Amino acid sequence: MAGSATSAIEVIGRGHPWLSLAPALCVIAVLFGGGLVLGLAGSLGMGRGGVSLDAWIAVLSEGRVWRSLGLSLWIAFASTALACLIGLGAALLLRRRFPGQGLARLLFQINLTIPHAVGALGILWLLSQSGFVSRLSAGAGLIDGPAGFPALTQDRFAIGIIAHYVWKEVPFIGLILLANMQSLGDDPESAARSLGASPFAAMRLVLLPLLMPALIRAGAIVFAFSFGAWEVPVLLGQSAPVALPVLAWQRFTDPDLATRPEAMAIAMLIALVAALLIRVAMVRR
Amino acid sequence: MSARWRLVLGLMLVVASMAPLLPLGLWSVARGWYFPQILPATWTLEPWARALSPRSDIPEAFVTTTAIALAAAALSLVLGIPAGRALGLYRFRGKALVELALLAPVIVPGIAVGLGIHGVFLRLGLTNSALGVVLVHLVPTLPYVVFVMSGVFANYDAAAEAQARSLGARPLQVLWHVMLPAIAPGVAVAGLFAFLVSWSQYILTLTIGGGRVVTLPLLLYAQAGAGRNDQAGVLAVLSLAPGLVILALVARRITGRGVMIGGAG
Repeated sequence: MAGSATSAIEVIGRGHPWLSLAPALCVIAVLFGGGLVLGLAGSLGMGRGGVSLDAWIAVLSEGRVWRSLGLSLWIAFASTALACLIGLGAALLLRRRFPGQGLARLLFQINLTIPHAVGALGILWLLSQSGFVSRLSAGAGLIDGPAGFPALTQDRFAIGIIAHYVWKEVPFIGLILLANMQSLGDDPESAARSLGASPFAAMRLVLLPLLMPALIRAGAIVFAFSFGAWEVPVLLGQSAPVALPVLAWQRFTDPDLATRPEAMAIAMLIALVAALLIRVAMVRR
Repeated sequence: MSARWRLVLGLMLVVASMAPLLPLGLWSVARGWYFPQILPATWTLEPWARALSPRSDIPEAFVTTTAIALAAAALSLVLGIPAGRALGLYRFRGKALVELALLAPVIVPGIAVGLGIHGVFLRLGLTNSALGVVLVHLVPTLPYVVFVMSGVFANYDAAAEAQARSLGARPLQVLWHVMLPAIAPGVAVAGLFAFLVSWSQYILTLTIGGGRVVTLPLLLYAQAGAGRNDQAGVLAVLSLAPGLVILALVARRITGRGVMIGGAG
């Protein structure tokens, strides 16, 4: 907005934006950049005399690591797909007026502020075999005891973990899409409708493509988070295979310090997946 | 779709959103809530009394969490407002690269960098300290503040600064009397949500704090893991509180852009 009417001298900071950026960039470079560099160095066994690929070879040739990677990818894909789908539905629902819409929108935002650790515990107490839904089922006479209720937490398919991420990220996706719908306005769809498109066709062929860039970026953030978060799978996941971040933490805290380079190598694997996501979804082409 | 269907679906959405919070709240006022009781047989404030008693470590963790989050939010604002101004107001070479460098910490999971940062902080003597935890929380909070402030400055009219200058105001006067009032609402939103992002951290706190810096999320898992569900329920409700207060304060101001950066974590 520093328009042509304002001269270079009069607007403070103009001409040397790097000076204003330097403190923040230095902090990020030292913490984030330093963390990545030392993580990589640690995975190569540096600081223990010499460089070796032992940790990488050990990690990449271990079936348990690949099973954990597969589990984390499954969690991330399923969570992202469901969160995007339901988030889109929620945004389409909440954009039109209906009684109680304001309240629904406000309540819809609450999840955004809830710490993941709190939400994960809530999901555990809601969906576990002795949890709230199980008790409701017993009350309704559907099951006889906790064992009669399906294992939805600490289960093979990571249903509890995925349920948590969907629960937490649907409002995230929904609010981003709502904000985008508001800035697009009704015009694109109205134009399609006046040319004879059905409401569904106008949504699918006009609105959806316009929302796609925002949806992809938001989806990438959800994917990265559900792939790499620790506190959710550690509470809601089964004991083997564990999600990749949980495996990294197990190796990091192992009393045998020799496993530390392996922990760093797994951490770098997680960073690599995140980097690929940034490349695919975030960099403007 | 008819208004009635929207109401029904909206209701389902709200119920699903609130459902996991119900058992958390119930446990904080329950005694011996066993299967298959749907609601606690005995309602009591005893868990709260115990949680707030001098022997409990919850009050101290509450103070620690609050102090760390306040410090992380304040530091993020001090570093992030100038950076946001540069990104929001000016076009310059390498801007896209800067934005990418600030986006990366938002995307890359905490554990991927946390283990390496532990190595950095070990050399600097910052592990197992609250200061180290504050600094490591900057990794998620600072980019968030920069992006929110960059959005604020993109809608800011810098011509007013030039006018104030031409009327004889000194640069600091301009910043204080012209810029600050204009960006104050954005600063408030950025600061409050930076507070929340820090307040919610788990793995970065555990990695750098080494279990010595005990925040509410850490205590929550410790109590739940030990089977003290009533204390975990109290901790969960306490952990929710600031988010609800902040949401009530800024509900109207939440924009897609702000959500975009801070929401997933």
